[in-house]
Amino acid sequence: MAAQIFSAIFVIIVGVGGCVAYFWGANKLLDVIFPSRGVSGTAAVDNLRRQGLVRPWLFVGPAMIILTIYLIYPVVETLRLSFLDRGGASFVGLANYEWAFGDREFRNSILNNIVWLAVVPAACTFLGLIIAVLTDKIWWGTIAKSLIFLPLAISFVGASVIWKFIYEYRGEGQVQIGLLNAIIQYFGGQPQVWISLPFWNNFFLMVILIWIQTGFAMVILSSALRGIPEETLEAAVIDGANPFQIFWKIMVPQIWGTIAVVWTTITILVLKVFDIVLTMTNGQWNSQVLANLMFDWMFRGGGDFGRGATIAIIIMIAVIPIMVWNIRQANKETGGH
Amino acid sequence: MTAKTGKSFASRFGVHIAVLVFVAIWTVPTLGILVSSLRDKDQIIASGWWNSFASSSQTEAGRLPAASAQAQKDGKFVIEGNIFGDGAKRNISAFGVKSSAPTQYAAGTAADLGDGVSLLMNADGSFVLSSPKAFEGERGQRVYFASSAPPKFTTDNYQTVLFSEGIGRSFMNSLTVTIPSTVIPILIAAFAAYALAWMRFPGRALLIAVIIGLLVVPLQMSLIPLLKLYNGVGSFFGVPSKTYLGIWLAHTGFGLPFAIYLLRSYIAGLPREIMESARIDGASDFEIFVKIVLPLSFPVLASFAIFQFLWVWNDLLVAMVFLGTEADQIVLTAKLNALLGSRGGDWEILTTSAFVTIIVPLIVFFSLQRYFVRGLLAGSVKGG
Repeated sequence: MAAQIFSAIFVIIVGVGGCVAYFWGANKLLDVIFPSRGVSGTAAVDNLRRQGLVRPWLFVGPAMIILTIYLIYPVVETLRLSFLDRGGASFVGLANYEWAFGDREFRNSILNNIVWLAVVPAACTFLGLIIAVLTDKIWWGTIAKSLIFLPLAISFVGASVIWKFIYEYRGEGQVQIGLLNAIIQYFGGQPQVWISLPFWNNFFLMVILIWIQTGFAMVILSSALRGIPEETLEAAVIDGANPFQIFWKIMVPQIWGTIAVVWTTITILVLKVFDIVLTMTNGQWNSQVLANLMFDWMFRGGGDFGRGATIAIIIMIAVIPIMVWNIRQANKETGGH
Repeated sequence: MTAKTGKSFASRFGVHIAVLVFVAIWTVPTLGILVSSLRDKDQIIASGWWNSFASSSQTEAGRLPAASAQAQKDGKFVIEGNIFGDGAKRNISAFGVKSSAPTQYAAGTAADLGDGVSLLMNADGSFVLSSPKAFEGERGQRVYFASSAPPKFTTDNYQTVLFSEGIGRSFMNSLTVTIPSTVIPILIAAFAAYALAWMRFPGRALLIAVIIGLLVVPLQMSLIPLLKLYNGVGSFFGVPSKTYLGIWLAHTGFGLPFAIYLLRSYIAGLPREIMESARIDGASDFEIFVKIVLPLSFPVLASFAIFQFLWVWNDLLVAMVFLGTEADQIVLTAKLNALLGSRGGDWEILTTSAFVTIIVPLIVFFSLQRYFVRGLLAGSVKGG
């Protein structure tokens, strides 16, 4: 263990030192190869121009190399692998995709993912908005927001343990140590094994993600709400609008753009949801989702890379519209810059 | 007028109540594991954690000794003893002999079981069963009783998970993974962000678009090719394919798009005049970056560092793919996941381990919330 700590510290020093040495050294080298000082005027101008051509690439170079290895190459490779067999040795055409759409577990995952996509972003955004509006009106709103924001710092695995404890089931008539069943039993209901209830168990898993992500939506939307001009709201009050009209007709339309951003961000997160399903049910009782299924196929029976890659591509396809929209938004904003 | 104030008071009161309910829903679950992690492990299963400050009471079932234990006393057949045997004594408040009425008789009273048979059970668990006729049969009388134990809080669970369940070791592993994975991307991203914000070169717009595109590429796309790549590199050089170096680089790669995006939008917003006056004074891009941009960017660097720290610390997927599951490599999240499988119902282990894994993010979160929120706003609301 001491060796491990030592090596971590060593790597920080080497890594940071290496980065500094690279950027400083490469920059110095450029100055030596194309000197701009101590040479004749035209040569200096020429060299400065050449420096200007090379230097940006020195700055972005390391980032580009890492991005290429860790993200760009894998995207291409995953696409290629999805047309190959389990070991990646021979071309099988669309066989993996055909398998996927014929597979019961895969179709179940797609269905569950659609339910997740329909419920979680909407619930987070809606709850986040309500809480943002409510907490703005009270003196202890900041504390309340902090506490609701807090689960965002908790890992999905940690959150799963927290909620598994809430869903804990004991036989009927026994002392329930899970909060949910204790409440149900207190009111005379029948305790349930929540995470294995067909179909509804999906919602008990979704609650975990909603619990984590509402704080995110709340913080972003709260800051957008602050941006609404005070006069607009006052004018509405003077015109006799009631709080619901102010909320739906004044506030929501004003922050529509931010709502879209929150919604899409959570949508992407939902598509990638993996930890919660793995730790709560591992896809049992029809609660499988694509990301967990993909992880499963990566290692199942020694790993089937073709099918795993195919599932990854399908997740990717779902993300592409958001990606295109993001890039177009960014281009619009930086177009003149 | 009075009606109006009355209504606004009522609605304001309603707002307080509503927020209170939300806060309760969002904090009670976490409170549950914190409280449970500090409870005695027998009490965790005996009563809900919300009752942990009351004496925990539970209904238990036991069996009195069989007929062979009887003795004759004053012309009666008597079986005596203590229901807890030699084990830990608890306090009995009531007992019964039917499962439908397990607490029919108060402790210290004699229950009439019919045919002249009576059972006396005291609060300390001692009992006297007497009958005018001899007891028969191999199996003793079934009894039910409600016992209670005073609330007991302990840090034993923490000692257990940290030192014998391997959570302590995993904690160190998590730190080993997290700190370099947080530090390394910062410099690389900062240089790239500066170039993308303030230097002119062909292909810049395309690069920015690629980075924004990569922001949303699911991690799942990278896993299989990188696993293959790591295995290939491992077998080619004859080194293990699951190493800390491998995961540091992987986290660096996965964190870079967001880092560059976040830093670029901040650095692009720095005042142009400062850069230009420095350039007129003869400063090179490198000097401008080191002497002006880096110090001014401290808040956004801090924001990114917090994000990356939390993301890496909380990550399970990357750790499961790129690190081994042996004690010397398993990180907290993966360990917790493994415990969920192997220690399924042992809530004293699970709640305590969960709390150990979330304590570091909570501390980071509370102490640096300002930077965290700022980064969140800059990162998601598309700014320049």
